[in-house]
Amino acid sequence: MTVLSARGLGKKYKRCWALTGCTLDVPAGHVTGLVGPNGAGKSTLLGLAAGMLAPSSGTIEVCGGVPGSGPAQLAKVGFVAQNAPVYANLTVEEHLRLGARLNPGWDDGLARARIARIGLDPALAAGKLSGGQRAQLALTLGIAKRPELLLLDEPVASLDPLARREFLQDLMEAVAEHGLSVVMSSHLVADLERVCDRLVVLVDSRVRIAGEVDDLLATHRRLTGPRRDVDTLPGDQQVVSVRHTDRQTTVLVRTEAPILDPSWDVGELDLEDLILAYLTNPGAGRPGLEVVR
Amino acid sequence: MIEFHLDGRSGLSPYQQLVRQVRHALRLGLLHEGDQLPKVKDVVADLAINPNTVLKAYRELEHDGLVAARPGVGTFVTATLAGTSLTALAPLRQDLRRWLAKARRAGLDEEGIEALFLTTFRSASREDIA
Repeated sequence: MTVLSARGLGKKYKRCWALTGCTLDVPAGHVTGLVGPNGAGKSTLLGLAAGMLAPSSGTIEVCGGVPGSGPAQLAKVGFVAQNAPVYANLTVEEHLRLGARLNPGWDDGLARARIARIGLDPALAAGKLSGGQRAQLALTLGIAKRPELLLLDEPVASLDPLARREFLQDLMEAVAEHGLSVVMSSHLVADLERVCDRLVVLVDSRVRIAGEVDDLLATHRRLTGPRRDVDTLPGDQQVVSVRHTDRQTTVLVRTEAPILDPSWDVGELDLEDLILAYLTNPGAGRPGLEVVR
Repeated sequence: MIEFHLDGRSGLSPYQQLVRQVRHALRLGLLHEGDQLPKVKDVVADLAINPNTVLKAYRELEHDGLVAARPGVGTFVTATLAGTSLTALAPLRQDLRRWLAKARRAGLDEEGIEALFLTTFRSASREDIA
């Protein structure tokens, strides 16, 4: 079952495409990390999935419906935007009451327990909260709404390390207990490595690679050896990046098969290396022998 | 009951780390047959990791015949790794000590020994796969 399915999805702001040709399936029951440089289209994709934006091309289906198409659809999808928007004039308590009124599946026990644990004063106006506290309030509303899919745009960016860990613990507990699916964007690879089992890398408004984290790690290898042309590599080895010195060649390949060529020293990648390789090499191709000294 | 931890610098994915920690505990005799592994929900809440990661680790251990899941109850240790390896460990260590002494006599420093061991170890395990 998929919670999000996009086909040729694109979004244009005036003359500029923020997302193009996005074809993506996000299966249910997973936590999917969305990574990419600023301006790659992460927030646009999340906004389209939430129904806050309308697509300029292609289609998107979320939890079996068109995003933002009605109350039933809105109940299924939770969305916390990047700056953790809350109503500055409403108190924390009023936010909880608003959440209870607007969301048919509202879990009041969960919301209040979380607010108490974070130590937010229910009588305080949200406008008086710190950035981190505001994010915690917005995230509490997102989890307590009990959506099928929770979309989080940079959820932990404004949290201190302790609050970040606590938030991720709560989020993972909700995933384990309620089978919640999550799509979250983040720059913090260490966090993504813990909580995400799937990854989508967006570069230059396009999906560069998507898949299960463990599969991605198992199929990418760093090959180091004497200088050679990468065109001589077996066809099943897809070159992600290549660097040459006058004597040495380092290639990052994606392949299902084991590396048999004995002239390569084969190394494994961690998630950060893998993501960086895709971010710094936006075009997939086999560039010729350029010398990097 | 054991407690899991994650090491960001280990170079292993979280699921591999969990598998390794259970195997390690079995080898050291910290876990015995019949012991229960931490519940998925507790590991998730404790480490802030994806529940699928924990499930995957437990499935792999189950596949290796080391643990068995009892639906609705938990995952329990069904085999041990300690008995088989402990007896073989001493002579192997002795062999390795002798080899290390030989390598030093041949003029290898610690880095050289490590590099030689790792490349041989990797190429040997790659030959096993291929």
